Amino acid sequence: MGLLRYIALRASLIIPSVLILYTIAFIVLRVLPGNPVLAVLGTKNIPEEQLQAIMEELGLNKPLYVQYFEYLWNVLQGDFGTSLIIRGRSISADLADRLPATVELAVAGMFVSLLLGITTGLVAGLKKDTKIDISLRVYGAITYTIFIPWFGLILQLLFALWLGLLPVSGRIDPGTALEEVTGFYLLDSLITRNKEAFIDALSHLVLPALTLGIVLSGPYTRLLRNNLVVALESNYVMAYRARGVRNYRITWHAFRNAIIPVVTYAGLQFALLLGGAVLTETTFDWPGIGTYLVEKIQYRDYPAIQAVVVVFAFAVGVVSLIVDIIYALIDPRVRY
Amino acid sequence: MREVLRIEDLTVYYYTLRGVVRAVERVYLEAGRGELVAIVGESGCGKSTLGYSILKLVPPPGRILSGRVEVDSVDILELEGDKLRHARGELVSMIFQDPFTTLDPVRRVEEQIAEVLLEHGISKEEAIDRVYDLLRSVGLSERLARMYPHQLSGGQRQRVSIAAAIALEPRVLVADEPTTALDVVVQKQIMDLLDSIRREKGMAVILITHDIVLAAERADKIAIMYAGKIVEEGPIDEVLKEPRHPYTKALLASVIDIESREWPQAITGQPPDLRKPPPGCRFAPRCRYVFDKCRREEPELVEVDHGRRIACWLEERRL
Repeated sequence: MGLLRYIALRASLIIPSVLILYTIAFIVLRVLPGNPVLAVLGTKNIPEEQLQAIMEELGLNKPLYVQYFEYLWNVLQGDFGTSLIIRGRSISADLADRLPATVELAVAGMFVSLLLGITTGLVAGLKKDTKIDISLRVYGAITYTIFIPWFGLILQLLFALWLGLLPVSGRIDPGTALEEVTGFYLLDSLITRNKEAFIDALSHLVLPALTLGIVLSGPYTRLLRNNLVVALESNYVMAYRARGVRNYRITWHAFRNAIIPVVTYAGLQFALLLGGAVLTETTFDWPGIGTYLVEKIQYRDYPAIQAVVVVFAFAVGVVSLIVDIIYALIDPRVRY
Repeated sequence: MREVLRIEDLTVYYYTLRGVVRAVERVYLEAGRGELVAIVGESGCGKSTLGYSILKLVPPPGRILSGRVEVDSVDILELEGDKLRHARGELVSMIFQDPFTTLDPVRRVEEQIAEVLLEHGISKEEAIDRVYDLLRSVGLSERLARMYPHQLSGGQRQRVSIAAAIALEPRVLVADEPTTALDVVVQKQIMDLLDSIRREKGMAVILITHDIVLAAERADKIAIMYAGKIVEEGPIDEVLKEPRHPYTKALLASVIDIESREWPQAITGQPPDLRKPPPGCRFAPRCRYVFDKCRREEPELVEVDHGRRIACWLEERRL
């Protein structure tokens, strides 16, 4: 019962954080110079009368607080409004179209970063103060500082242009037929038993996922390595030894203790992952929320930008809730 | 009495970046069945290292340079790999100072105790029964089996540690400051428990402590350690009645004695840096009775009476 109450409480905290981010986005968008109409026209030479007429039609002349609450009200009803740029285009439809691509990339990136981070952290921790450990710590520090677009370009150059092993960009070859069921291409190709499409989608996913995964793996390496070193030198490990417990089991127990902070950190990473996804998506021309957001910022498409912010904020809230639940399950000391 | 533990000529150094720390030097020690031998000394005198050596568990950069640690005629220091692993737990085991950190925080009490049994070839069914027996034998309710360490008090945790350590009824139990982190009432309970276990199972207990009063209350035998060496050793009553090494005398004088209403006497000076101990007797710089020879030659631990050994040049003068 305690856990359910804890989940309910933590879930309710998502609401204020989404609200705060929406408010900040709303204000920043209005304070920044430029407006949607001029951005689309690409010129300032437009009769004031005509400009006002368009503004009026788009509802941009309404008082700000009215705009603020109107949009909020619509969002609460699950309606993200329509684009200011492509008239009548539903933003919800846009998001439904783009979101699976981002989630697919984020999950793949998360998977790669955890796999790399945990492996390297484990090896470094077990081989403390050896050359392997030092190399892996350098790996952790360097990857952490890498700029994603630069790194993405290097990978494109190496694997796509020089070696020709993988496609440069995009999510799937335009010539590949794939019936969309869920919008997640890997999943869809599996469901429809389309082997060709699966391989195609996977080969497109590899480079962006590697870019994101490698860049985000550094902190895991360091965190797990340091925690594992502490755990292996802890008193309870000494006590296990004194009682004649086998080494591999002792290592496993130490690992279980060392991984707990890594799980917590993975939750915090998710926000970075979405930010990183924006950069990765633009680098690899990945048709996800990231490229969508960049596009919409250029045109000052207020409702679309607000929608992305709300969705991102909500996603980060949900993921950190999930991480908190996992954390509570793996660490008996967490009280809820 | 037949000895279950016999330490001979044990020397342990730590090879640190800033020099070689001579933590334990040429130590001899014996313990009989069910005997409680207290090793008493200040912090950093090498007593914990001595304890770890009994399990061949000296952490790096420490190295055991020489010596034998025989438990039931098996030299622990010669064992390697799986044989050493089996000796730990079955022949000799250890409990530690801080009961708050010596249990794995993410595993249940029963898992941690049962693991010792399972790792030494006891079947799962039997292990489950034995866990409950063990909990009872250390005075804990079976209810605690499903709990995690953070749900227990310090005393309860130390009892769990004891249960895990004695699960396989080892011949020797090393207890490194087992009550230092506990309050006085719990301290007494834990010591009572150790007393009853060693009497019941005939287990020798090596009690490592800085507390000479605790040793006086509980030990059969006492060994006083100073700067990596044992300076005086003997049956507890005799050592207390007639301490012969100046360091032992100083230690006893440093204790608050309520009845005599005398102020305790602090020992002046600092223990030596074990990276470069003074020539001659290591206690010489702080000794009230020091004379020439003490600063030149190192006194060996010699038997002066039956079961009584002292490393001090004053003994020579007595003759």
